[in-house]
Amino acid sequence: MARITAGVSTSHVPAIGAALDLGKSAEPYWAPVFQGFDFSKRWIAEEKPDVVFLVYNDHASAFSLDLIPTFAIGCGEEFKPADEGFGARPVPVVHGHPELAWHITQSVIQDDFDLTIVNKMDVDHGLTVPLSLMFGQPDAWPCKVIPFAVNVVQYPPPSGARCYALGKAIGKAIRSFDQDLNVQIWGTGGMSHQLQGPRAGLINQEFDNKFLDLLINDPEAAARIPHIDYVREAGSEGIELVMWLIMRGALEANVDLLHRFYHVPASNTAVGHLILKNGG
Amino acid sequence: MSEDTSYRNIPGTIIFDAEMSRRGYHLNQFCMSLMKAENRDRFRADERAYLDEWKMTEEQKLGVLARDYNRLLSLGGNVYFLAKIFATDGKSFQSAAATMTGMSQEEYAAMMLSGGRRPDGSNGNKVV
Repeated sequence: MARITAGVSTSHVPAIGAALDLGKSAEPYWAPVFQGFDFSKRWIAEEKPDVVFLVYNDHASAFSLDLIPTFAIGCGEEFKPADEGFGARPVPVVHGHPELAWHITQSVIQDDFDLTIVNKMDVDHGLTVPLSLMFGQPDAWPCKVIPFAVNVVQYPPPSGARCYALGKAIGKAIRSFDQDLNVQIWGTGGMSHQLQGPRAGLINQEFDNKFLDLLINDPEAAARIPHIDYVREAGSEGIELVMWLIMRGALEANVDLLHRFYHVPASNTAVGHLILKNGG
Repeated sequence: MSEDTSYRNIPGTIIFDAEMSRRGYHLNQFCMSLMKAENRDRFRADERAYLDEWKMTEEQKLGVLARDYNRLLSLGGNVYFLAKIFATDGKSFQSAAATMTGMSQEEYAAMMLSGGRRPDGSNGNKVV
């Protein structure tokens, strides 16, 4: 059977991707960000996951206002990096795992979570920056990736509680897949940041670190944080943190913290990163 | 209507809700069109003519021409869509965000390096 061996969370700031693509990762501004992932790169090279179930949000790349799915699962064979207005990132095409993705889709919908099924979409920095942070700059990504897009752009986004419960259903689905696969689940986005209006530049280190504590040790409490608290305390784009709860919901109650990193700033954003071994 | 709209009371912040989305639909879809290189070229060649192809309000068009992002946010623009305009201009998210705060890019970058804007203003940076 498939096993969920670990959960990974990380911010997905576009400027991190640009820094890497433009060869700036050793510059004094960026070096501390990438150093926070040195352990992670060594760890994942040994872990060799077969599949990463990657929870992220699309930033008006694949989904315009024509179509706004709350939860969308990528069931296709491959997903190309999106042109977000300045050309696509020079990163490999993402290869999916349609068989597992369809299995999860069927299981989760039958558990009353009404997913949107996507066979064709381009993937933006929300998905490719986490891959770059964890795997560096390979010629091909070393595992299959199932993209899972969450709407956090158009109000209302799904609640933290809904995301956490969905994570549990996804975990159950993966564990019931009849192939011996090493699967990781990643939750991306955040941490505190606001990209718009006179309050742009908001960062809240206390909120972020408390959220990290809760996510590790008391995820039920983290799942009860209401939308308004994210927006007021962590900025209008801090709401992306609900996606970390999908990751956490898929793991067991007890986890073993392998790595924790927090850094301010990367461009406009607080960078947070966790690696949780499933089962503790 | 009885929806909870308490998020509208957060200073310096516009939540992209149903009302904003309806107001900004054509503006945001214009922004999406700039994801294609050929459209970026046509926009750069004659911005006004390109804008006139869209069912946007005159105020929205003037906001785009002036790159007045706070005004565009108040007219239903969403920042991830507006990002296509400043990407077309070769500008970063940080430089666009700085213009929304009334700070120079240098001042804004310095604020971020000092820990950003805290919700309670406790590190000396303005709350809004």
